[in-house]
Amino acid sequence: MSQKILMKGNEAVAEAAIRAGCRLYFAYPITPQSELIEYMAKMMPKVNGTFLQAESEVSAINMVYGAAGCGKRVMTSSSSPGISLKMEGISYLAGAELPSVIINVQRGGPGLGDIQPAQGDYFQATKGGGHGDYRLIVLAPNSVQEFADMASEAFDLADKYRNPVMILSDGLLGQMMEPVSFKESKTDEEIEELGKQHYEWCMHPNTGYTERHHNEINSLEIDPNVLEQHVLELEKKYKLIEQNEIKYEEYKVSDDNEILCVAFGISSRVVKSAINELEKEGHSIGLVRPITVWPYPYEAIAKAIGPKVKKVIVFELNLGQMVEDVRLAVNGKVPVDFMGKVGGIVFTPAEVKEKIEESL
Amino acid sequence: MEIVAQRPKSLRDVQFTYCPGCLHGVAHRLIAETMDEYGIRDNTMGIAPVGCSVFAYKFFDCDMAQAAHGRAPAVATGMKRARPDMVVFAYQGDGDLAAIGTAEIVHAANRGENITVFFVNNAIYGMTGGQMAPTTLPNMKTTTSPYGRDVNDIGYPIRVSELLNTLEAPYYIERVSLLSVPDTIKAKQAVKKALKYNIEGKGFTFVEFISTCPTNWGIDPNKSKDWAKENMLPYFKLGCFRDKEKDNGGK
Repeated sequence: MSQKILMKGNEAVAEAAIRAGCRLYFAYPITPQSELIEYMAKMMPKVNGTFLQAESEVSAINMVYGAAGCGKRVMTSSSSPGISLKMEGISYLAGAELPSVIINVQRGGPGLGDIQPAQGDYFQATKGGGHGDYRLIVLAPNSVQEFADMASEAFDLADKYRNPVMILSDGLLGQMMEPVSFKESKTDEEIEELGKQHYEWCMHPNTGYTERHHNEINSLEIDPNVLEQHVLELEKKYKLIEQNEIKYEEYKVSDDNEILCVAFGISSRVVKSAINELEKEGHSIGLVRPITVWPYPYEAIAKAIGPKVKKVIVFELNLGQMVEDVRLAVNGKVPVDFMGKVGGIVFTPAEVKEKIEESL
Repeated sequence: MEIVAQRPKSLRDVQFTYCPGCLHGVAHRLIAETMDEYGIRDNTMGIAPVGCSVFAYKFFDCDMAQAAHGRAPAVATGMKRARPDMVVFAYQGDGDLAAIGTAEIVHAANRGENITVFFVNNAIYGMTGGQMAPTTLPNMKTTTSPYGRDVNDIGYPIRVSELLNTLEAPYYIERVSLLSVPDTIKAKQAVKKALKYNIEGKGFTFVEFISTCPTNWGIDPNKSKDWAKENMLPYFKLGCFRDKEKDNGGK
């Protein structure tokens, strides 16, 4: 680990992606992720990588499709309206099983919305968004450090499962500065080797390699029986991901908890502040923070409901999206309450504290 | 016995999915023969579009990607940037390239991406059953222009080669036809030029093939060619719009 430096989330994740071996980046400008595309424009040429400002988000995600089809570590990033445009391509990436990383620095919606932080794309990220049965692995950071760390994690997961991975961030994490340290950069040789792990299926020259191949990057199966098999194979993969890759954080979860909170991403930071305040006043409040929002930590939430918990409260910067997953997890054991904030406004620790106090 | 004609090595031994009389097979053959002649089969990646040639990823014997509708030039860009050591070509129809994929083709050409795009223009959507294309001729009847294309309502057919010729970057743009043997021989020369410049790293190359659709035009294959000669060629004039090699005096 290197020395800590002060950096914006958008820049930190870009730097971390380059260090993780990303040498191809295609994107279109949009606020509040502009620092990310600008950082890539500046730094990619220095590592002989490709930075390309595409004519649209639609084109950018299809450039990702092409590069990922060659087995290379490739990334795109955008913010909510731009992510909507990428959804066609994301469905194709999932269908063709192409490892790739997509960053969403969420802003307020629907429509053009605004450019302030929000978490309104939870459904889109975790339940589909594009057409057909598919899943993205979705990582939700809550600090600049974690945002950066997730870059290499996302590439590793994408390679491991041949699946697109989304980092579901927001305008606050993208814009704010925090101290961050980085992992060592991968060498050109290491990056070359990472690409070769995909040679069995990806596009690459026939000359100079082993047996002659005809590899196809494709999501089309016109025979229903063949498509059925393909989708069932995808399902098997998704089940494996659910078994192996669920990540969450427990904060002050104990048998003394009066209330259990659930929040992801930047919301969890605010909830933690409120929990600390309430602790000083003698209250025991726990928090479960899903780090992967797909696969989702249903069991962890169910288990975290202590004997004295009266209520589970979910905090999100939307009208109530993840709360549906929390209700599935809690399964009627205790009441599930919700507090949301929309329009690009972030609740304050005082507002969260007040909401919790209503139930104490 | 001497073999005088056979399937090019760059085409796989699989059944085509094209209708009888369709000229996609001819266009495929011209490309595949050229790949054989240049010996680039092991070093080439192609892209199949959405449309009748959607299964082209099964037909060419090189690594192939199937792209979303209209996105082939963007996918090609990603492939070429990821593997500059390989030859990349995209194969697209008129709906794919000139309607839903207009932005992708214009910007790939404008960047001068070192790729070749083969564009098959038969003035109709074949795969979906004969709907109006951006290249459908004025007054031409299709299933979505049942009273004939009304240019006052939906505009005129788009001349893609001319459109791309307004850009600075493209290295080579030519419109050819597959409507007769002499024209097909000329078309082969255009394919050869486009892929030669591609291999040499010269930049963006584009070949437009004027083709037919006997099935959806409802005209038999031979008469389709005559119909296209009479109706398409006056609007889509054949010729080389751009050849920077020539323009630069071969430098």
